[in-house]
Amino acid sequence: MSHVYEVSHFLAGLMLVCSFALLYQDRLLAVLRIFAAQAIILSLAVSWEAWTQGRPHLFITAALALVLKGIVIPIILQRFILQLGIHRDIEKVVGVVLTMLIGLGLAAMSQMLIIGATTGAPAQAREGLAIALAIILIGLLMMITRRNAFTQIIGFMSIENGLILAATGARGMPLVVEISVAFSVLIALFVFAVFVFRIRERFDTVDVEALERVRGDQP
Amino acid sequence: MADPETVLAMLATAIATLLTCSLLAAAFHRFTLGFVYPMCLSAALAALSADLIALLSGIDVGVSFPIGLPTIGLHFRVDALSAFFGLVVNIGIAAAALYGFGLDQKRELSPRVEPFFAAFAAAMNLVLVADDAFGFLFAWELMSVTSWALVIADHRSAEARHAAHVYLVMAAIGTMALLFAFGGMAGPAGGYAFASIRATHLSPLIAGLVLVAALVGAGSKAGIVPVHVWLPLAHPAAPSHVSALMSGVMTKVAVYGFIRIVFDLLGAPTLWSSMIVLVLGGASALMGVLYALMQHDLKRLLAYHTVENIGIIFIGLGLALAFDADGMRSLAALALTAALFHVFNHSLFKGLLFLGSGAVLHATGERDMEKMGGLIHRMPMTAVAFLIGCVAISALPPLNGFVSEWLTFQAILKSPELPQLGLRVLVPTIGAVLALSAALAAACFVKVFGVSFLGRARSEAAMMAHEVGRPALAAMFALSALCLASGLLPGAVIDALAPANRLLIGARVPVQLSLPWLSVVPIPESHSSYNGLLLAMFIVMSAALAGFVIHRLASRGLRRAPAWDCGFPDPSPETQYTASSFAQPIRRVFATSVFSARETVEMPPPGSLETARMSVRLTDHIWQALYVQPAGMVVAAAGRLNALQFLTIRRYLILMFIALIVLMLITAIFE
Amino acid sequence: MSDALLSFIGQGCQMLLVLLVAPAVTGLTRLVKARLMRRKGPPLLQVYSDLIKLVRKEAVVADSASWLFRVAPYLIFALTWVAASLVPTFATGLLFSWTGDVIVIIALLGSARFFLALAGMDVGTSFGGIGSSREMMIATLAEPAMLLVVLNMALAAGTTQLPEVAKYFIAAPLAIRVSLALALVALVIVALAENARIPVDNPATHLELTMVHEAMVLEYSGRHLAMIEAASQLKLVLYISLIASLFLPFGIMPVTAGPLAWATAGLAWLAKLAGAAIILGVWELSIAKMRVFRVSEFLGGAFIFAFLAILLSFLTQEVLR
Repeated sequence: MSHVYEVSHFLAGLMLVCSFALLYQDRLLAVLRIFAAQAIILSLAVSWEAWTQGRPHLFITAALALVLKGIVIPIILQRFILQLGIHRDIEKVVGVVLTMLIGLGLAAMSQMLIIGATTGAPAQAREGLAIALAIILIGLLMMITRRNAFTQIIGFMSIENGLILAATGARGMPLVVEISVAFSVLIALFVFAVFVFRIRERFDTVDVEALERVRGDQP
Repeated sequence: MADPETVLAMLATAIATLLTCSLLAAAFHRFTLGFVYPMCLSAALAALSADLIALLSGIDVGVSFPIGLPTIGLHFRVDALSAFFGLVVNIGIAAAALYGFGLDQKRELSPRVEPFFAAFAAAMNLVLVADDAFGFLFAWELMSVTSWALVIADHRSAEARHAAHVYLVMAAIGTMALLFAFGGMAGPAGGYAFASIRATHLSPLIAGLVLVAALVGAGSKAGIVPVHVWLPLAHPAAPSHVSALMSGVMTKVAVYGFIRIVFDLLGAPTLWSSMIVLVLGGASALMGVLYALMQHDLKRLLAYHTVENIGIIFIGLGLALAFDADGMRSLAALALTAALFHVFNHSLFKGLLFLGSGAVLHATGERDMEKMGGLIHRMPMTAVAFLIGCVAISALPPLNGFVSEWLTFQAILKSPELPQLGLRVLVPTIGAVLALSAALAAACFVKVFGVSFLGRARSEAAMMAHEVGRPALAAMFALSALCLASGLLPGAVIDALAPANRLLIGARVPVQLSLPWLSVVPIPESHSSYNGLLLAMFIVMSAALAGFVIHRLASRGLRRAPAWDCGFPDPSPETQYTASSFAQPIRRVFATSVFSARETVEMPPPGSLETARMSVRLTDHIWQALYVQPAGMVVAAAGRLNALQFLTIRRYLILMFIALIVLMLITAIFE
Repeated sequence: MSDALLSFIGQGCQMLLVLLVAPAVTGLTRLVKARLMRRKGPPLLQVYSDLIKLVRKEAVVADSASWLFRVAPYLIFALTWVAASLVPTFATGLLFSWTGDVIVIIALLGSARFFLALAGMDVGTSFGGIGSSREMMIATLAEPAMLLVVLNMALAAGTTQLPEVAKYFIAAPLAIRVSLALALVALVIVALAENARIPVDNPATHLELTMVHEAMVLEYSGRHLAMIEAASQLKLVLYISLIASLFLPFGIMPVTAGPLAWATAGLAWLAKLAGAAIILGVWELSIAKMRVFRVSEFLGGAFIFAFLAILLSFLTQEVLR
């Protein structure tokens, strides 16, 4: 097994482990740190791709991922969390055990799907795609099973991590698209944060279920 | 060795003896009192020797009579599979007969038990040698009816009546499913002899339907989730030696039926069939042991545990189907060997455990573990036999339960060689489920032995218990000795199973008895080996050495004193852990989701002298969703249809008119 | 010397060595923990003195105890000792290493635990019940994870016979394989649970709320207690040797290489044991013990890691086909 494949497989696998840790972790600051770690590992993986495959523009992607999602966004979110004073536990909609088992099932299913659909593609690409799809699905699962608005944001952004991994594994995205995606995520983040502040002002909680009661969806 | 005709003659005599015995006992009970069980014992031993000779000599012989259905006749055949299962069945019958002779629970019940016991034994032997669909189903129904009669032997108990009712319904559904299975296999040509069924080629759709029907029919008799519901009701309600037969032996006859249909008659296995069998086996293994952990009725716990072991057997069968479908014959032989070995083992130790629980019931009058305790002091011999049964069923080396689990795990560990990715992900999952259920089973039997036999007596009855008589003890020790022997010499059993493997799959596990030191090496390339005899010797020698060294060089003094209990000993035996309290951690981790377990504590207000109460509520979701709700819907639908009873004459005429028009339309469209 | 004689002597040496070294490993862990807490701590040989003291004392047995209570310590010790003799420590190819593979070793430890739990229930006190029921729950959760780790090993090495697996890992190039890393994490978590170490159980506690292993052996004294303590020390050495033979297999020699090679291999093994003891001591001080019902999530994590390891191995296998 060539060491090129091994290193990229190792880094992608670590990202998958971070996704599972995000599913399970119930303390906000720890969730933030795991997300930052996932972004840093993503930048390492993308840099490895850039170096071994001779695509220097991927270095910019890696730098963007590192700076924006590994450093800037976590710092901003941490400021918000500390300002709002919410360091408490998060309640989940579905139990931890069931969520983890569903996550395992999603990982197995995405693997079977990609392996079946991509015969003949290079090994590194297939493996990257399979793990990336798993990360995307688990990010979505995280958004479904969480009640706190912040962790839903983190789930959304881990989906984007998976997308970038998938893109680098395939042909790589053009730089323009990459930058615009990154900036749109940043703007989405700001919009989310403002909303969260307003929700907190109005209802004294960031628990999304509280909104449903107000809206009249629940008795 | 012996020639085939002698073997057939011996078997026929044995079965005939059992049937005659049963008829005589039914008609002239006063004169036959006390000699039914010895006759059953000798008949079982005769059949046992016949089967052993047939298995070891590789005999495969059939005979047919022109009686029965006009165009079919009755065919009988003894081949390697029948001989092996006959061995299993007759060992169980012999032990139960010996036990029954020593210890028939309630003497006033024996006129209701003895005739049906003999008939039950005969019916089970008949199922194994039947070679055509009619004979098979006739013997199967005879088996169901006689065991039903045995379940309802104590007809005054409401529990027995309810159990018998559910059993009758499930048995009827099962037989109907088997009827469909045989009908589907025989096809429009209608050749019902097994030989002609083997020659018929089936389309994949029909084969799939036949498999499902076989799973429902044979599976319900064996105890596969979700058609297991009659098992934990019926097995405890029957007298103990009959429970031993039903749980230990009749379930194996059902497994025989499944193997005969799916491996022998159905032809080439498919991947889908193996996946279904694997999933059902895994679900049964896990659910069975979880149910068992929640019980505190000793016999009901053992009955639920049978569901787990049948699940393990079906996991082995599913693996064999998967390997066979991919053409990996030697691995299929390994998986099938694991399943058949577990069939043998389970009949031994489940029979032993049920006989032991019968002994406890006889001595204390109690089935509820919460009222036992300290029985190891009052019933020392039974305790030793029961302990051997518990160690064997928890799959601990060097006894036999471990060997079949080890073989199953070896087959699972070879699953990465399967070409399909879906199976390669499914089999390790089932393997993890199997490991989980094995660990839960060990926990369950620590609970059983610890709460019933160890500790201090929790009730008057437990304090007054006495040892049971010699024949019962002999039966239990015979089964324990067999457990020990097949654990120490597993190679002998594996080699004895080889003819059955060759019959069904066409390959066999390499010869084990010729390996050095009697090791077991099922797959030569992977070098994984196990040696039960050496391991046992190793363990005994180490323990003896340690004991000897310490007693010689250090101290051997012993002093009896009250229990330390951290300085706060409580004289009341009710402060001990009960069965429910032992299961509480596991209940909290697993049963909160699986059974919606809810514990409620009712505390009296401060100052009141009332006792507090803790109650646990469990919901059996399978029973509710698959049986109670459909039953409710059927009753509701029947209630609505009841309106059809009260129509006017004009409305009846309208009904007949509509029926006629619909028939004419159908004929017009499809002609 | 003939190969058979060498392997026989090697097996004997292993059995003796493992017995002699086991208390020292526990002693070293205790010493490390004490020193890190700025205490002087008991000397390394204190563990041996404790065992000898216990063995010389008269055994006090409760009135309600049965013969099982008196026989169990010897059985538990023998089962653990036999299991420890089957794990390759400094040499592969020992005389009896083919009597059992890694599944047999795990099952032998399971038997020891079975009898320990029964012994806990024997006297009929509530402490014994607490220990036995919690111990069986932890065992239940650790087994599936352990089986998946074994499956990982079997996937990589093609066999479950430990000496063969060790030989395979010695010969295989050092590869950064994420599936093996995950399997290692899972195995370490299972080892912590099985050896009753923090965060699963506190080996130094005498509070009912926090006891699992200690509660089962509460009624034991004298030589019986000494045997059970020796058995749990042996179990720790067994697990460390198991992890070392799979993931740090350097230094293990085939038994036919002669006594000089054994000496170097033995020193390597002792170094691994000492390193593990120090790491364990530091770990136990850095983390708090979990509530009993959080242990299920901890062990569930081990299961997830092991399953992910298998999925990633399959992925690599498929992709490089």
